[in-house]
Amino acid sequence: MISVKRLMLDVLKPHSPNALDFAKHIVEQGPDYHVILTVVAVDEKTESVQVEVDGSDIQFDKIVEAISSLGGSVHSIDEVEVIGNGEKPE
Amino acid sequence: MNLIEQIRFLLHLTHSHGIARRYFVTNGFDGALTMLGLCMGFYISGDVAISVAISACMGAAVALGVSGVTSAYISEAAERKRELRELEEAMVSQLDESAHGHAARFVPYVIALVNGMAPFIIALAVMMPLLLVRYGVTLPVNALQAAIGLAFFIIFLLGLYLGRISGSSLLWAGTRTLLIALVTAAIILLIKM
Repeated sequence: MISVKRLMLDVLKPHSPNALDFAKHIVEQGPDYHVILTVVAVDEKTESVQVEVDGSDIQFDKIVEAISSLGGSVHSIDEVEVIGNGEKPE
Repeated sequence: MNLIEQIRFLLHLTHSHGIARRYFVTNGFDGALTMLGLCMGFYISGDVAISVAISACMGAAVALGVSGVTSAYISEAAERKRELRELEEAMVSQLDESAHGHAARFVPYVIALVNGMAPFIIALAVMMPLLLVRYGVTLPVNALQAAIGLAFFIIFLLGLYLGRISGSSLLWAGTRTLLIALVTAAIILLIKM
């Protein structure tokens, strides 16, 4: 089984909800997620944020869905950390 | 997330708490002052039957409620749509299915309900002595006098609420709204004279 351990996303979001509420919503998507959100740039109605998610098995689709549900959009995946279980593919 | 939490979240997201509160106070004040005017009018007219006063007050309460709901819904829905469109332009994406899209559709209903129910409920509260007498309850004072007194009291309470929101003196805030009600009553009396 391949597990995603770490993701770094470049996200554009509206000002509301604020960074704290936004990060809380993302962290609720997994039992052991750890989220670090950094505001990179602030515009009149939007802000660009860097979202770093750590966890034992990150579900990327759920993260994107959570971001979209709060009006954000993922612009790019900037870093990933993926771990395999050592089994060779057939 | 249950319905109450959902409403709180959407109001928080759109920063609409203040708007709902403002609508509650302004239209609640309208309701109380309208009822005060009606009851004053009936009282100084002399022998008006309670059933006539109740019908007139109920008509005014319903009109205030319907007017509050519809006017707030129309203006809030237009405002929310414009805000959503501007946000979509800034985000360069459709937000219909996001919390912002839900808020743009749902928050106008909440605001409209607050705007309509505030004057309706307050008007019903002012009418309570009339309704009690109509259904056979004996009051120590005249029903219209009691309704006028209740209107003054509710207007004072709205003032206290405003004072609590602004963090200023509660007594002064309540007295100020009470003075407005007294001036209104005095004008009605002067017109009659």
